[in-house]
Amino acid sequence: MKNKKIFENVVHGVFLILGLITVGCVLLITVYLFAAGIPAIREIGLFPFLFGKTWESTSADPSYGILPFILTSIYGTAGAMILGVPIGFLTAVYLSKLAPKRVKAAVGAAVSLLAGIPSVVYGLVGMLVLVPGIRKLFHLADGASLLAAIIVLAVMVLPSIIKVSITALDAVPEEYEYASLALGATPIETYFKVSVPAAKSGIAAAVVLGIGRAIGEAMAVMMVSGNVANMPGLFESVRFLTTAVASEMSYSSGLQRQALFSIALVLFLFIMLINGVLNLLLKGKKEA
Amino acid sequence: MQEGKISKRRRMYEALMKAAMWISVACTCALVAFLILYVLVKGLPHISWSFLSGKPSYLSGNIGILPDILNTVYIVLAALLVVLPLGVGAAIYLTEYAGNKQVVGVIEYAAETLSGIPSIIYGLVGMLFFCQFLNMKTSLLAGALTLVIMNLPTVMRTTQESLKTVPWSYREGAFGLGAGKWRMIRTVVLPGCVDGVITGCILSVGRILGESAALLFTAGFAHALHGIVNGLSSSGATLTVALYVYAKEQGEFEVAFAIAAILMVLTLVINLSAVWVGRVFEKRRRI
Repeated sequence: MKNKKIFENVVHGVFLILGLITVGCVLLITVYLFAAGIPAIREIGLFPFLFGKTWESTSADPSYGILPFILTSIYGTAGAMILGVPIGFLTAVYLSKLAPKRVKAAVGAAVSLLAGIPSVVYGLVGMLVLVPGIRKLFHLADGASLLAAIIVLAVMVLPSIIKVSITALDAVPEEYEYASLALGATPIETYFKVSVPAAKSGIAAAVVLGIGRAIGEAMAVMMVSGNVANMPGLFESVRFLTTAVASEMSYSSGLQRQALFSIALVLFLFIMLINGVLNLLLKGKKEA
Repeated sequence: MQEGKISKRRRMYEALMKAAMWISVACTCALVAFLILYVLVKGLPHISWSFLSGKPSYLSGNIGILPDILNTVYIVLAALLVVLPLGVGAAIYLTEYAGNKQVVGVIEYAAETLSGIPSIIYGLVGMLFFCQFLNMKTSLLAGALTLVIMNLPTVMRTTQESLKTVPWSYREGAFGLGAGKWRMIRTVVLPGCVDGVITGCILSVGRILGESAALLFTAGFAHALHGIVNGLSSSGATLTVALYVYAKEQGEFEVAFAIAAILMVLTLVINLSAVWVGRVFEKRRRI
């Protein structure tokens, strides 16, 4: 009997450890990023690092200002949202409320497929379709630009926005809609003026999730954005926070390498901020 | 009759919103169709047996992707082998053992955080921790372990979902028959979460296939042909990383598209099998 109790306690302990591994992983990532990221910021100085406008890590007199990367990431994400959110949102409303069952299933499967396509495939198609297209359309020397990155990101965030919004819209109680219909509103008015407001925290969560995806995307963006550390402009060749890390890591050393870790730390803080907002939104929904 | 009573403005609004929705849905569908067709049309003609079964050689200028295929298989196997016990164990702890709400909250918050972290950051930390600190060098094993951390939340969540569908009365029945907690878990809970584990596997495989940023600095991009044991300890490119290298660094777009077509087909297969598994288990549960 006593042996059995000890055995059960051991099993309990093993599962507890397994459960705590996720927490350990988060701590590991946080600790490593801070430990690797802080030294360079100390050496360069927080202000010149965050707000310096030039990044010349390989020149004789290197300067490490990551403002161009930060702004590019923000502009790129904002642009992707401006393109992606309306399309994703309207598609979600249609699929959730209007679409016949079969259409919903078919388009839903297509959207899942979109979510599953590897980011390098997006990058490849963007490189060979979008970049030459932009070059011809706007008569540029090179089409690899912020605009190309924005379009690719907008496509890539569509599935997250659509799926999470559909879940939120599906969860709206039918009684709300019936009440609105009974008061004389047309179905379309009901969906947009009753269902959508009722699902607004879920839809907001979808947008925030999309922002997280867009700001963290590296490979696809790297392939279409031109990868030069310019201040952002729509037709400028630009570098994002993610691509700044990825493009120089393989040949970096010394302070340059440490500065790359600092960029990753900045990116991580952005993501944690977004995660925090996402959690607040989702929690708010649960309580309501 | 109803139409007549609605004001012109409301009818306009109705028509406008409907049109906007139609355009959005059409955009989404057209996009998916274009991506699939474009990649397949550009890629499939370049796939041949020698392409699939050969390895790249600078002497003959030959390009084959067998090493990349094998690397992908190794990394998927290694990552699944580690992530399944960890993820399932964590899910079992959360649903069966954890009494303390705060502990559950912390673990779930950690899982959510993990699933929000971008893959490039996983790549960096994987490089610092596995490749440098644990001295694994740039190797498939380091890449696989990095992917384990990435996929942990996925496996955990799908297992948790399926555990929730095991009725409490089953557990009580097992206890009533005198089973200890571990025996109850082994005989009642574990068989009940098979569908969640399989779904988690499928999703993880999909994510590993598509991953590139996290592997670039942990698994590297060599194209050498290895057996599984040597393979895990040496550097190697998976299909996605190979695609990136061929397209971006070497400008071999035909090869890149051929790989993209393969990845596209695999993605299709994975998505369909996820749906199919869901349906099969749904049916079984209803009986």
